[in-house]
Amino acid sequence: MSTETLVAKGPVAAPRRSLWRVIRRDLRAVLSLGYLALLVIVSIFAAQIAPYSPIEQNAAELLMPPSAAHWLGTDDLGRDVLSRLIWGAPNSLYASTLAVSVAIAIGVPIGLVIGFVGGWLDEVVSRFIDALLSFPPIVLAIAVTGALGIGLTNAMLSVGVVFAPVLARIVRAQTLVVKQALYVDAARAFGASTPQIIVRHIVPNAIQPVIVQVTLMLAVALLAEASLSFLALGVQPPQASWGGMLARAYNYIEIAPAQMYAPGFAILFTALAFNALGESMRIALDPTMKRR
Amino acid sequence: MGTSVRLVGRRLWQLLPIVIFATLVVFLLLQLVPGDPALILAGDYATKERIEEIRQLHGFDRPLIVQYFSWFWKVLHGNLGTSLLSSAPVLDLIMQRMPNTALIAVYALVIAAAVGISLGMLAATRVGSRVDAFVTSTASLGVALPSFWLAILLVATLALDLHLFPATGARPLTVSPGEAIRHATLPAIALAVGVIAELARQVRSALIEVLGSQYVRTLRAKGLGPMAILWKHGLRNISVTLLTLVGLQVNRLFSGAVVIEAVFAIPGAGSLVAYSAVNKDYPVVQGTVLVFVVIVILVNLTVDILSALLDPRVARE
Repeated sequence: MSTETLVAKGPVAAPRRSLWRVIRRDLRAVLSLGYLALLVIVSIFAAQIAPYSPIEQNAAELLMPPSAAHWLGTDDLGRDVLSRLIWGAPNSLYASTLAVSVAIAIGVPIGLVIGFVGGWLDEVVSRFIDALLSFPPIVLAIAVTGALGIGLTNAMLSVGVVFAPVLARIVRAQTLVVKQALYVDAARAFGASTPQIIVRHIVPNAIQPVIVQVTLMLAVALLAEASLSFLALGVQPPQASWGGMLARAYNYIEIAPAQMYAPGFAILFTALAFNALGESMRIALDPTMKRR
Repeated sequence: MGTSVRLVGRRLWQLLPIVIFATLVVFLLLQLVPGDPALILAGDYATKERIEEIRQLHGFDRPLIVQYFSWFWKVLHGNLGTSLLSSAPVLDLIMQRMPNTALIAVYALVIAAAVGISLGMLAATRVGSRVDAFVTSTASLGVALPSFWLAILLVATLALDLHLFPATGARPLTVSPGEAIRHATLPAIALAVGVIAELARQVRSALIEVLGSQYVRTLRAKGLGPMAILWKHGLRNISVTLLTLVGLQVNRLFSGAVVIEAVFAIPGAGSLVAYSAVNKDYPVVQGTVLVFVVIVILVNLTVDILSALLDPRVARE
């Protein structure tokens, strides 16, 4: 305790806090990271971990309660619920990552360009962003999915497109601030080209709020995937998804009420983990903390 | 009076590009559908003549921008096309169902505002206490909770086990208000939870900032009681923030309504858009999205104007 105080206050040791150094001291963040790492491992080795096939039906064991053979019971087609839960993980992670990647790929470059160029281009694109942000996200995602063709990939592409304006707006605001900084003027005076300035100065400075936002967005994307799969617009049967499992469980709620818990908790815990990690990073990256 | 008229005028003028872009997005939705739009609109069993007739009617052979303006003109006259499934005018379908969505959305907003703002105030006046910790962690949970799962759990416990509320369906408010409210209660709670969490968080942080400011310290030094400070100065100062926040939640409520209406089998506009998307009834999807986005834009406009009236600083911007 006392040594830590000394180190923190000492004039010699003023190391730049790296994100990881702060994060690993934050119990909430460590737990979230641990949970998400476990989820990734489960997703990669789903085939090895799952006790049964997620799609193999068994007419002799319909809607069975939990037992030694089926820890979480079986669904209305006699499929092992635990195996479907495990196979739901890769689908959920794929869906969230895809949506957020699309949002980054579209939102970040647009934010950079309109923030840097400014003028009428910024004016027009910013109004377009405002317009997109006026749509209820799930409603727009459903409409785009319906138009492109129903399926998980199209659904998450749509969610990504719907999320992109949020990132574009953040990157734009950050770019506007950095572009006026003195060191950017200095770099330009030394003959740095526009792409060099964007890559060397603007992007590294704009990236931190984006990382926080992206982590929080993973949770929103996960919930969106679950909602769309619940509505039969996301993951298509017989593939397993947590949202889809809840939709089936809901149909048999009076016969097998226990089935509605596991997929719900899986969604809740994963969304909580993304959110907690995002919040921890936001605190870690807070400039008022960094200045100390 | 003159200033507020000018203010409304200016806001409307600023809104124009947003309305144009938003309607353009809605218009282009139909263009995303792979294949010939005339073929799609004609349905599965259309004759060659019928397809050609539809092509002529909608002018699919004309440039896109011309098509957009002619579509926009029709929309302005209340013509949103006809459903491919039922052949009914899209606007009629939406109007039949919108009251159900409006009821649960407004009900949810009332619950969320009452609970969320109270929780935020409770936490902000007791920073660092157990109450604060409880509110903060409940809010984190509320943000991550899938609303449709909560809806299912509510149905299982309060409807099927305890028979306190009906499990599914909706009743018109105009015919039997009591029954309508009873049917809308569980959906409204499920919808409200995410909004409660968001409001509690934001009210907490906004109030903490105000209560920590210099002039509140001065008020305290003058001997003003904590309750008077909170109600007369704290809430008044965050009223504009609060209004904006509540306005922004309308978006979230409509998104939530799509799934919640599916859970409770409510014939609302949200379930209409999901059902139509699954069944490829594109004109209905397009029309419903349009109505939703128009409502959101109008709500935000109202919030803007009210904020300006509440706070002269906003008006001067």
